[in-house]
Amino acid sequence: MSERTTAPLAILGAGVMGTGIATLAVGHGVSVVLVDLDEETLSKAAAGISRQVRLGRLMDSFPAGVADGELEVTTDTSRIAGAGAVIESVTERLDAKAAALGAATAAVAPGTLVVSNTSAIPIDELAQYAAHPRDLVGIHFMNPPYLIRTVELVRGPRSGDAAIEAAERLLAVLGQTPVPVGDGPGFVINRVLQRAINEAARIVQEGVATPEAVDAAFTGCLGHRTGPLSTADLIGLDNVVDSLLVLAERTGDEGYRPCELLLAKVKAGDLGRKTGRGFFEHEGTR
Amino acid sequence: MSTSIEPKITPEAIRANVTDFVCRQTKSDVAADVDLFGSGLVSSLFALQLVVHVETAFGVSVTGPELKLDNFRTIDAIAELVLRLRGGRR
Repeated sequence: MSERTTAPLAILGAGVMGTGIATLAVGHGVSVVLVDLDEETLSKAAAGISRQVRLGRLMDSFPAGVADGELEVTTDTSRIAGAGAVIESVTERLDAKAAALGAATAAVAPGTLVVSNTSAIPIDELAQYAAHPRDLVGIHFMNPPYLIRTVELVRGPRSGDAAIEAAERLLAVLGQTPVPVGDGPGFVINRVLQRAINEAARIVQEGVATPEAVDAAFTGCLGHRTGPLSTADLIGLDNVVDSLLVLAERTGDEGYRPCELLLAKVKAGDLGRKTGRGFFEHEGTR
Repeated sequence: MSTSIEPKITPEAIRANVTDFVCRQTKSDVAADVDLFGSGLVSSLFALQLVVHVETAFGVSVTGPELKLDNFRTIDAIAELVLRLRGGRR
């Protein structure tokens, strides 16, 4: 509790995960500079973060007696100059991540921890876009990060010991427990989970089972807390498709190629919980 | 979707409104004294939906020490909370 970061945490990308990570930090008393290219996304994010901080408090996820960290939302990447650490959480596409990492690492001092919250792109592939590859590590936060307290901490071949240690210190401040894993497409979780989601969607597409039945089998028979399709709705089907494409392209394994039903839902704008409908209806959860 | 409630409000009306909301969301019948979270009926994410629904439907604001799961654990507890919050205003 005595350890407090004074420099703000910079977060790039105000989507589902960026706002969730910002919520986690604010709730732990860490100030946040949240950067996105889009003003409207930022204003939605600010409202979303204050809502999610309430949920975190409701669920007793934040230390008692710690005042909320300050939140600054901005479209100006130069505002991250004094950040203690940077977390990149932009769209799961290489071009977007490359641009964000390039801009971010140019704006902060060498030796500043830079984190990618990529779902599936190998850290070493992203490292070529960072000004100082040794400062870059992967942290795969779960959704929502302020309710799930374990992350994958990904060490790329070029990640330095100092960066890994800085990441461990940051996670300790945020009340998160790291599971150390190595580099590779999808790391541990998404290499398995995204494939499972794709198969589950294919099962629905083929009429073998309804979404309800698929999830009931996993929750009831296997004791999973959530079935794969509810999980997909929570992640966001657009992110699922993006992650599957990353995995298919990098592994050459066609089983990762997103199935027609997933593509159709994304095309229709049914992205899951964040739009109110995916495999399931989510009334009032937007 | 959420029905707005008139200024004059009874515990029964609150319970009916919240029961309707919870039953629609969980697609199951839920008694007023069932532990919504302990029973595994709803996920933790649902907790905030409940808070937002209660705030919208009854024109109250749940903040500070009142913002705790125990106040939303059962439909009865929610009704008590709403009456308490509404009692405190002009």
